[in-house]
Amino acid sequence: MKKMMTGNEAIAYGAYLNGVRVGAAYPGTPSTEIMESFATYPGVFSEWAPNEKVALDVGIGAAYAGTRALVAMKHVGVNVAADSLFYAVYTGLKGGLVIVTADDPNMHSSQNEQDNRNYAKFAKIPMLEPSDGEEAKQFVGLALKMSEKFDTPVMLRSVTRLSHSSTPVEISTDEPPPPAEPPLYERNIRKYVMVPANARLRHPIIEARLKELAEYAESLPINRIEPGDDTLGIVAAGAAYQYAREVFPKATFLKLGMVYPLPEKMIREFAAKVKTVLVVEELDPFFEEQIRLMGIEVRGKDIFPTIGELSPSLIRECVAKAGLPVDSPAQSEVAATDASASIELPIRPPMLCPGCGHRGLFHVLREANVVVLGDIGCYTLGAAPPLSALHTCGCMGASIGVAHGVSRAGIKDRFVAVIGDSTFFHAGIHPLINTLYNNSAVTTIITDNRVTAMTGHQQHPGTGITLQEQETEAIDLEQLARGIGFKKVDVCDPYDMEKLSEILEDHLASEQPSVIVAARPCVLYTREKSTPPRVDPEECTDCGACLELGCSPLMQEEDHVSIDPLLCNGCGLCMQVCPVGAITRD
Amino acid sequence: MKKIDFILAGVGGQGTILASNILTEVGLELGYDVKKAEVLGMAQRGGTVESHVRWGEKVYSPLVEEGEVDFLVGFEMLEAGRWSLYLKKDSTVIVNRYRIPPPAVNLGKAVYPKEEEIESMLKTIAEQVFWVDAMKIAQDLGNPAVAGVILLGVLSSRVGGSSDAWLKVVERLVPAKFQELNRKAFLAGQEAAST
Repeated sequence: MKKMMTGNEAIAYGAYLNGVRVGAAYPGTPSTEIMESFATYPGVFSEWAPNEKVALDVGIGAAYAGTRALVAMKHVGVNVAADSLFYAVYTGLKGGLVIVTADDPNMHSSQNEQDNRNYAKFAKIPMLEPSDGEEAKQFVGLALKMSEKFDTPVMLRSVTRLSHSSTPVEISTDEPPPPAEPPLYERNIRKYVMVPANARLRHPIIEARLKELAEYAESLPINRIEPGDDTLGIVAAGAAYQYAREVFPKATFLKLGMVYPLPEKMIREFAAKVKTVLVVEELDPFFEEQIRLMGIEVRGKDIFPTIGELSPSLIRECVAKAGLPVDSPAQSEVAATDASASIELPIRPPMLCPGCGHRGLFHVLREANVVVLGDIGCYTLGAAPPLSALHTCGCMGASIGVAHGVSRAGIKDRFVAVIGDSTFFHAGIHPLINTLYNNSAVTTIITDNRVTAMTGHQQHPGTGITLQEQETEAIDLEQLARGIGFKKVDVCDPYDMEKLSEILEDHLASEQPSVIVAARPCVLYTREKSTPPRVDPEECTDCGACLELGCSPLMQEEDHVSIDPLLCNGCGLCMQVCPVGAITRD
Repeated sequence: MKKIDFILAGVGGQGTILASNILTEVGLELGYDVKKAEVLGMAQRGGTVESHVRWGEKVYSPLVEEGEVDFLVGFEMLEAGRWSLYLKKDSTVIVNRYRIPPPAVNLGKAVYPKEEEIESMLKTIAEQVFWVDAMKIAQDLGNPAVAGVILLGVLSSRVGGSSDAWLKVVERLVPAKFQELNRKAFLAGQEAAST
């Protein structure tokens, strides 16, 4: 029987089928659903860790103890976890460990589009890349076996178009293997304590292992030559393989399931069979450069972009431009291009939801005319017009450290750091400690909506509930800040803009490092809704003050503003900003 | 088995995801190889939602190629217009006559194109363009949330074949207490398609 599964669901299913018992992750698009899905299987332990490094250490610990483990993160999460990734490659482990990196070419929901295949080479770790759900399920099993056979963690790379695409996956009738009796912990100081003397002994083992893995790749069935016409020989993996297959139904293919290390003999054999070797890969010329170093003539990034996603349309266009043989693009595209250019379609950027507490905060911050050193989450949308009240966003947890640097550089403007609750638990605690330790007058505002909202409402250490829906201690942000030693800490509902504004002014005037917790649960998560207010068209002077909140139910009519009651959440912020009291609630 | 490519386009919260899940399962039910690709990371925040669904003997890419879509279903007028590059002469376009102005329009910084402009652009490329008042029909049925299933009803009529497989999947994928409502919505869509 087959079932439609997203790539993420298929990865989780593959992990379950192959006896993975421990899973850890931090949510991040497009990887989030891997751990959400894994958590639903019987007999497994699965958690949201505060960040990806912690998640990976958890996975490594489980694998040291002899249990198969799965760790999942988005591409930039690997940057956070990189320190652990590199030591785990040195120590190796006992149980299989699969580390999923879900890359995001085209940055559908990310700050960059780094190509994490580079991590495989950098960390000297084998990497597999499935191209659909069925492969994803199977590759997890293979990765676990490889991990145990070669005593190394194995990375599995996905991209948005695999993670979030649904394809049919064969459902197994076999039960996963039963858990083994808990073994005694294998104490092996030489292998697991990476002090220099021990690490020096490990490094040659890693180098030898890479050579063995490259040899192993030669006979691995997931690397295969698919015979066809010999004019074009296409090297591809993952999502790019599917696009290329679509465009070149007759070409000869080298389909790589293992993207590092590469099977050199197989590549030579393949290149000898075809007239032109063409590498179709997204982002970096990862295969192309390695194949060229083998002394093989190859085309790739002279034809395809290093930026963004590929698609069948784009591949066809690029290949045609390069003068290589390809079926011409669909006949009507020219007419479509002309017609599409005939009218301008306004874009529809994502924006803060109606009822979002962040809106109140950003309105207050804009009115206070402060520089806002921001962070990653829904509240990054505070940078969008008309609020336009967030001025930096780089990576998880950057806000507070950047604010401290700005403070120490000295500027005329007033400034604050703004960071979400989940992001604060992820990477905000250390920089917050720094503002106190190195004593700078940074006001840190934690936007506490009681959930990891941006990625689709995951639990976090502040919510009191675990991924597997167990009740637990909810870590209190105010108490945490006081516990660290902050003297000036306030909590305020951002719906109450007048009070929030007062508190903000008080903190900005203060010389000491301080914390404001702007607490208002995400309305999309709580599904709470109040009666929508109405605009009296007679009273409305059409001044546009309410429209400056950037709230979608507020619509510009002929000579006044109206509120769409279907979209409105009833938060009442517009009532607070209307200078003539034209917006009222029954 | 002829390939059939679909694009469903709308705004977050309009039920595009459920509709594309149903469409995917119907394809599987009818014996096709099926793939679906979605971009929904920002969907809950009023952004654009796009689903590519492909049926065929063997489907490789989950993404539909430009100039190759067989059926474009626009859950919102502007979003229907956005996918014109994917249309060809014999594409069928189904547009929900429903307008959700983007923020720039509300702020008076951009203009929402007129219905006639969107229609004329779509018609220049594709011969078959159908307008449906799915929101109105849904409200008449007592729940605006079923507009997506109404559009699927319209789509099923244009795709052809028995509607049994469609109804079976609709009933399987919607919550039990809304089964009857969604069944009615699907049939109302089919009826709208025939008038």
